[in-house]
Amino acid sequence: MKAIVIGGGLVGAACADALARYGARVTVLEPGPVGGGATAAGMGHLVVMDDSPAQLALTARSLQLWEALAPQLPVQADYHACGTLWVASDEEELAAVEPKRQAYLAAGREATLLNAAELARAEPNLRPGLAGALRVPGDSVVYAPVVAQFLLERAGAIVRREAVAELIGGGVRLESGETLRADLVVVANGIGAVELLPGLPLRQRKGHLLITERGPLHVRHQLVELGYLKSAHGNDEDSVAFNVQPRPTGQLLIGSSRQFEQPDREIDWPLLRRMLRRAAEFLPALENISALRSWTGQRCASPDHLPLVGPHPHLDGVFLATGHEGLGITTALGTAELLAAQVFGSSSELLEHDFTPARFERVSEVVHA
Amino acid sequence: MPELTLDGVRVTVPAGTTVLAALQNAGLSPLRRSLSGEARGALCGMGSCYECRAVVDGLTVRSCLTPVRDGQNVCRLGEVNREL
Repeated sequence: MKAIVIGGGLVGAACADALARYGARVTVLEPGPVGGGATAAGMGHLVVMDDSPAQLALTARSLQLWEALAPQLPVQADYHACGTLWVASDEEELAAVEPKRQAYLAAGREATLLNAAELARAEPNLRPGLAGALRVPGDSVVYAPVVAQFLLERAGAIVRREAVAELIGGGVRLESGETLRADLVVVANGIGAVELLPGLPLRQRKGHLLITERGPLHVRHQLVELGYLKSAHGNDEDSVAFNVQPRPTGQLLIGSSRQFEQPDREIDWPLLRRMLRRAAEFLPALENISALRSWTGQRCASPDHLPLVGPHPHLDGVFLATGHEGLGITTALGTAELLAAQVFGSSSELLEHDFTPARFERVSEVVHA
Repeated sequence: MPELTLDGVRVTVPAGTTVLAALQNAGLSPLRRSLSGEARGALCGMGSCYECRAVVDGLTVRSCLTPVRDGQNVCRLGEVNREL
């Protein structure tokens, strides 16, 4: 089989790797640097999330696949099994932890409850007075652009620095005018998919990140406030949440923000200030740490916060692997396993959930009925 | 001409000089060290590479973008200073 993967981010690279494992000859089309889009802009937090049964299944399976991949990764991938602490500010948030813990355990992921004193011992730089936390020790962090390059090399994929002008029957036409034929075309270029396939239910959701200088403030886990879930999946207004990652260098990577309809790359300084103030509410010593750099990126969000993985409902030979919002690094490996199962009929537990792009058409049929 | 302090040494430099140029003219090198101890110094001179960082009056700045001012206190980053 001859396959074209559009997009050389981590999702595209993982799909190329999975297809090559089943014998496909893969060409990846990426006009920019490998892993230079949302893959480079994000935190690289490998995290199990349980907003829906499908999301839990996809993230939990992906974490298993990451654990299997980790020993093969180059050192520069900075894979670090630091775990996540979901921090509860008050008793109300802490009460929500037990159902979350049960869901994680049911998905085969270790999760333990920390009370206030245990949390203070685990992360002494957090402010006093927090209610507790859910500790998820199997979560990790990774520098994703290096992984994307590694997977493309392992796949033996041909990477061409070309932009796709349009999808045509049985292949693609490049902006250079050249036509490439393939048995299978996988659209895995994040938000760029809407330029090739107008009408996909995808929206850009901008995020800000900031990295500090190396400094005296150390944390051990990726720290996320439980309120993050409200920020990630609440309404359409701009939102921020405390989300801090320790880098192997001793720097801290600080998030997070979410904004719809902000397609530019500019820093929104009032929002960045809000984000940092939120972080400093949890880590007061941040006030004394210098920022090194801040930047923005665009998540590619679908209406139900699940990616679109599967055949295009109307175009033969075209598959999608996009719409991962903030979980593209985590779920790239599960996405690739699922795609291979859909294409080659191999097994995957993920087939039990509906990630196919066709699910949105079914929804609109119901609405219109 | 502005008089400033570079790693504790008082120097006088022409107005309009960048802090980076003042540091380099004073022979203060390297500007900092990587995590593994490699020497680091200014690469681009236009604010993109962040390799020329230094502490000016208590704030870490890109020295290539920072003009000298009278009375400034400039220090190289801690990892270099600790070697002195």
